[in-house]
Amino acid sequence: MDHYAAQKLSQGFTQLPQKPPLATSHVPPELVNSSQQHNISQNFIPPNDSLLKPTSQPTYNYTFPPTNQVGSYGVGITAKPSGPSISSPVNRVSQEEPISSGPPRTNVLGIIPYSTEPANIISQSSLGTRTVPSQPPNALQPPRQPSVQYGSYPYGDQTHLQNRTMAVSRPSPPSPNIQPQYVQPTASLRNQQYSNQYGHRPPDNFSQPQLNHLYSSPQYPQDNLSGPTQYSGGYYSGLSEDVMNQMSNLSVTQSGYNRLWGKDTYDLLKCRDILPSGRVEPPAIRLQQELYEANNCSSEIFRCTLTKIPETKSLLDKSRLPLGVLIHPFKDLNQLSVIQCSVIVRCRACRTYINPFVYFIDTKHWKCNLCFRVNDLPGEFEYDPLTKTYGDPSRRPEIKSATIEFIAPSEYMVRPPQPAAYVFVIDISRLGAEAGYLKIFCETLLSQLDALPGDSRTAVAFITFDSSVHFYSLADIQSQPHQMVVVDIDDMFVPCPDNLLVNLSECLSLVRDLLKELPNKYSESFETGSALGPALQAAYKLLAATGGRITVFQSCLPNCGSGSLPAREDPSQRTADNVTQAMLNPVTDFYKKLALDCSGQQIAVDLFILNSQFVDLASLCGVSRFSGGCIYHFPLFSIKNSQHIDALQRTLQRYLCRKIGFESVMRLRCTRGLSIHTFHGNFFVRSTDLLSLPNVNPDAGFGMQVSIDENLNDIQNVCFQAALLYTSSKGERRIRVHTLCLPIASNLSDVLHSADQQCIIGLLAKMAVDRCHQSSLSDAREAFVNVVSDMLSAYRLTQSSNPSSSLLAPESLRLLPLYILALLKHVAFRIGQSTRLDDRVYAMCQMKTLPLQQLMQSIYPDLYPVHNILDYPELSLGDETVVQPPRLHLSAERIDSQGVYLLDDGETLMIYVGHNITPALASALFNVPSFASINPNIVSYEILYYVK
Amino acid sequence: MPFNFPALSYIIALFGDAILIFFAIFHVIAFDELKTDYKNPIDQCNSLNPLVLPEYIVHMVINLLFLMSGQWLSLCLNVPLIAYHINRYRTRPVMSRPGLYDPTSIMNADVLSMCQREGWIKLAFYLLSFFYYLYG
Ligand SMILES: [Zn+2]
Repeated sequence: MDHYAAQKLSQGFTQLPQKPPLATSHVPPELVNSSQQHNISQNFIPPNDSLLKPTSQPTYNYTFPPTNQVGSYGVGITAKPSGPSISSPVNRVSQEEPISSGPPRTNVLGIIPYSTEPANIISQSSLGTRTVPSQPPNALQPPRQPSVQYGSYPYGDQTHLQNRTMAVSRPSPPSPNIQPQYVQPTASLRNQQYSNQYGHRPPDNFSQPQLNHLYSSPQYPQDNLSGPTQYSGGYYSGLSEDVMNQMSNLSVTQSGYNRLWGKDTYDLLKCRDILPSGRVEPPAIRLQQELYEANNCSSEIFRCTLTKIPETKSLLDKSRLPLGVLIHPFKDLNQLSVIQCSVIVRCRACRTYINPFVYFIDTKHWKCNLCFRVNDLPGEFEYDPLTKTYGDPSRRPEIKSATIEFIAPSEYMVRPPQPAAYVFVIDISRLGAEAGYLKIFCETLLSQLDALPGDSRTAVAFITFDSSVHFYSLADIQSQPHQMVVVDIDDMFVPCPDNLLVNLSECLSLVRDLLKELPNKYSESFETGSALGPALQAAYKLLAATGGRITVFQSCLPNCGSGSLPAREDPSQRTADNVTQAMLNPVTDFYKKLALDCSGQQIAVDLFILNSQFVDLASLCGVSRFSGGCIYHFPLFSIKNSQHIDALQRTLQRYLCRKIGFESVMRLRCTRGLSIHTFHGNFFVRSTDLLSLPNVNPDAGFGMQVSIDENLNDIQNVCFQAALLYTSSKGERRIRVHTLCLPIASNLSDVLHSADQQCIIGLLAKMAVDRCHQSSLSDAREAFVNVVSDMLSAYRLTQSSNPSSSLLAPESLRLLPLYILALLKHVAFRIGQSTRLDDRVYAMCQMKTLPLQQLMQSIYPDLYPVHNILDYPELSLGDETVVQPPRLHLSAERIDSQGVYLLDDGETLMIYVGHNITPALASALFNVPSFASINPNIVSYEILYYVK
Repeated sequence: MPFNFPALSYIIALFGDAILIFFAIFHVIAFDELKTDYKNPIDQCNSLNPLVLPEYIVHMVINLLFLMSGQWLSLCLNVPLIAYHINRYRTRPVMSRPGLYDPTSIMNADVLSMCQREGWIKLAFYLLSFFYYLYG
């Protein structure tokens, strides 16, 4: 299948991705994906308990078969143009093309037919990475239309489709005992299919009579617990297709509808099955204007802990829930509208970018939705390049999509865009040589040299260090790399600075020679010193003029020169009940200061920690935390362990090839009356709403706590807008803007029922890490427990009658206690079990920076039964079928000693084999006669294949 | 001499307090600038940090004079602030240079408002004690 063609069709404003376009090809906006999804849905076989469910289940995927990944453009649209594609007057659906989530990791069961990984795959978020086609250079813009121009690029680096959510994450209907009371919504089902097919709302006669009533009323009915059944039809027909798409991700069952309504109450003492068997979906954001709803930001990019913002601070306090947003701003996207125009329309007062939620007063004026100022609309904004006519400004992509990217004109640059520059700083002391990672690193980099993001100006440099610092001169006049050793590490200087940071394309052969030579040269070492501080200073000096990225490989405690650290971990204290804040905080501010210097020169420092002993990550991590870098940790890394090698290779592949943004800043604006309170993530806060991110990468997530300063009762919606200004690896200045719009709630019940439990957990985890740093671990643990009891007592207030023997929780927060329990057992916050300090600190760093979906998976991993996998329904994905086992509660009662289970925490896949498994199962799965003869080390992917 | 020394200490305290008032005003202005985004937190911390210890020392010297001259009431009024200063400096973030303010945490809304409040309260305290010393 020609992915390229399919993709082209799917875009509203299409531009040829790689070939230089001869003319702007404005293909009519055909809606291919909806029909495709429809096909999938018909192949879907529902689970066995079909009594509860409608006979046909349109379960739409938003991820796609792994086969598509291989294509040069892994765009998530597999539809053939010849399919029953329905042309629609609106091209909205293509703009709302589902967006792949997070870094690619292979689906648990998705790997069955394709992958060649060992079964206990260890991977730091890098499974299934494909080489990335280069993004089309700016020069390929079509000739300018009257000063306005659009291009909906397939974003080059965004081909990483995630196939993980595919099979296992499809929710299947909840077990009967939870929701016995619901009836089947035939009318709404029809409506939904209709909307998905046609990409716009169904005519009103499809809906039930309440529709008009519902939508004319300013607020949804509240306090009405019978709401789900009563309103589901009207609610559904009133939904626009964005939410429809979201909903279709849930199995379309009656109970699914009611869950989305979100007014159920769960008695936690009586309900044992509260975990949905598929993905836990974020609550839908229900706005009063359907158009807004359709255009709202994807929940994978932007999420708020409360999908309805309390109108006053006192109401927020009453709910006892934290208010904040989690954002994954630089996420790999399948589809992104890129706009190049001479004027970027922004509010003159608050500098907000124009977005779908602004109010057009007339064709010449718009009202800012953040500060409510009335602004002039430039005449060219009315120009629609699709029809080449002037008219309604709402046809512009800025108005149609809450996630958009601008190619910035020159006033957004303080200096010419920097080239991609990478410095690799490698520890070659004795412990590093023993770990043997140098070989893996050099091999991986050698194979990925061509894939490094950058253009013809890309520069690289290499520094190795033990107790001295070694530089490699790679001038193109030389025939081979030339090593220089600086022994005087107290007064660090850079010898012959011209030939150290060299142009990659000009010196490619020398770089290759060096990478081949290095592993042999340092396969053994007896030098125990590690001068990390001086090496970092040297790297800083190399990059200070341009900015760029420093990648550090460290395997032992730095003990030479500035920045050396004492060995302060007491192994006997690993199981202690409390970890004092002093242990979690740095002993020196050397690394923090260095990070601030780096941040000022647009340099980010990324850490790869491959340690066998204590390295004091608590002190080291500052260098990445404040420079916008990232941290990877491979505890007890050894070259002898093939799983370690595999994990490092995959992580490196993803790390080296993923998209990168240089010299970037992110600003978060919010509607007047709200303000940003605290930021979480890796960055330096330059002013109250501006984050300085020397580098931004697609795997970084951020959190912000928000406080309510003024009453919001005179407005209908509040908005958050995150704008990320960065330099692409091709030297283009770009601005990516995400806007999230949320309604206002005026009573407590509404606030609690609209809560987003996963987002709350994500924010709480970040706040708890701060608490650990400021006071102590036991304080943080106590705070977790208080959150749950506060939430439950707040909910009790909204209930008129509550039998004393019950523990009621709203549907939207029913998993909160479970997640809190999981957090208390997480490496970051657990006590009692032996936990190395570095592991704990790393887990805390992850809490701060992981995007929400991965964070949730690491907090509450997915557990699936594998032994009876053939009993579960299959999901057809193109030519392949994938089974869909349900997710299990992480509880011993769900584990049978005769069973085999698969646990996926996002980084590792673990297979748990019950000790009583039958010989038949053992031989089928592991090719061994009995449990005793299973070799835990050579379990390969084939066992899964056998299951299949 | 026993009569003159307290008077002298009050005169010195008056001058010292004038200096402290200036410090407090500078402090308030600096944090206001931070809040309204005029200044880079790194620069602002670099200009604030060197002033922290001088302020504490001036305040201590005044109280040392009170102690030596036996002005117990004036001393008692100042003891809580001394204790606060000692505690504040003891719990400062890990830093290699003297000072209190860390550019990475200062932009946190809690820290910022706390520092702002601290500035205003100190300013009021120093002003009140200025008049107290003047008429004391
Ligand atoms: Zn505005």
